[in-house]
Amino acid sequence: MNHSISLTVNGARRDFVLDDPRVTLLDLLRERLHLTGTKKGCDRGQCGACTILVDGKRINSCLALAISHDGADILTIEGVARGDQLHPVQAAFIAHDGFQCGFCTPGQIMSAIGMMQEAQAGNDPERIRECMSGNLCRCGAYPGIVEAIKSVAGV
Amino acid sequence: MKLFTYSKAGATAESAIQEKAQKSGAFYIAGGTNLIDLMKDDVVVPDHLVDITAVNCAQIEKLAGGGVKIGALMSNSDLANDTYIRTHYPVLSRALLSGASAQLRNMATVGGNLMQRTRCSYFYDVAGDCNKRKPGSGCPAIEGYNRMHSILGASGKCITAHPSDMCVALAALDATVHLAGPGGARKVKLVDFHKLPGNTPEVETVLEPHELIVAVELPAPVTAYGKNWCYLKVRDRASYAFALVSAAACLEIEGGKIKSARLALGGVAPKPWRAADAEKLMLGKAADEKTFKAVADAVMKPAKGYEHNKFKIELGKRTIVRALKVAAAANQKEV
Repeated sequence: MNHSISLTVNGARRDFVLDDPRVTLLDLLRERLHLTGTKKGCDRGQCGACTILVDGKRINSCLALAISHDGADILTIEGVARGDQLHPVQAAFIAHDGFQCGFCTPGQIMSAIGMMQEAQAGNDPERIRECMSGNLCRCGAYPGIVEAIKSVAGV
Repeated sequence: MKLFTYSKAGATAESAIQEKAQKSGAFYIAGGTNLIDLMKDDVVVPDHLVDITAVNCAQIEKLAGGGVKIGALMSNSDLANDTYIRTHYPVLSRALLSGASAQLRNMATVGGNLMQRTRCSYFYDVAGDCNKRKPGSGCPAIEGYNRMHSILGASGKCITAHPSDMCVALAALDATVHLAGPGGARKVKLVDFHKLPGNTPEVETVLEPHELIVAVELPAPVTAYGKNWCYLKVRDRASYAFALVSAAACLEIEGGKIKSARLALGGVAPKPWRAADAEKLMLGKAADEKTFKAVADAVMKPAKGYEHNKFKIELGKRTIVRALKVAAAANQKEV
């Protein structure tokens, strides 16, 4: 049975017909919209590479069925810059060497944006580390990631 | 993941119950953080999913007398950050925030937290045996790698540990679970909601077929527990890991003597482990290390360790003593 859903993705309304209920938001973004900035790491909610904002809140898109998110407002890494002007968190990751290979970076940045909206951490490095613990970085770029977030959080 | 069919229930619990009862092999889905994970590995194979996210039970309601009724669809993060919960039940807020990651807490619901399955690696390994997943097939954990497993309440059929932090705090706070089902509504104490494995480890809760968790109720707060409390979680890394041992402790102290006490443990048993007998040992005693050590010894007296988790017995004792000391000193850092 086909299911129709519509989402707002990075400000634009998108309509989909799903012929398979197993499609996650992650797969929908990557395979149907070709928005491949959102990464598939573990695909089990353990690494955070697939982090996006749904209705303003950060979630693991690999564990979210698209079919149960009809009407949701989605923000991905592709939607955070304004033209050529980077989002302050993106710019801070460059300025503070917040990555090495870059695979986890979109998830880190989306998670950081979500964290700042939650206003739980301020610019306390210990709180930032705790609030960002759902995003793993196998290159170990954590010091740069924390510095980057610290530089823009609470500003 | 095996193919399934999907339908979305309306705003009432009754519509969800009716929908599920009509479909064979159906499961409820809300946040999905555990169920989708299990489905991806074919550990759980639903024929049908009933999406309950539109059911109207995501709010928190203050009750006459000061207690609260927490809607089962409230997210873990919304509950943890609720001002009334943070002020009057801080041990619950801290337990929630020490579980999972921010992303998962935004998705995961209160009802789903109660329903989460064990993280035992043998349960997840569909190529192998597991009495919980395939009743009667055996428990490889007993002779296998059992570092994360139970030291209390386990059986010869299953030694898994319950993974929840939230439920440990709820057990300490005397929570009650509100259920709706084909036969009507009923309430069950949180400490009676989960079952020990015994000879039927596949039966994990007292839920009847198609019953739905609609709320969790907390009794009126004990003023002292807003100050003299601690949730201590001991784990392999500083954040985003399951507990080796965790303890929720609340104390009411008058004139240096303990007037009332709550103590519950996580990571050590197949269900949230309320140490009710040990709590009684504290009544009228001084809130000091000697009392707390006697409590720890009493809690761990029936403990049975396995090859890789024997350390949890001593670790559990130390966790209890430290949690009670922090609670007594009102020394828990702000949530």
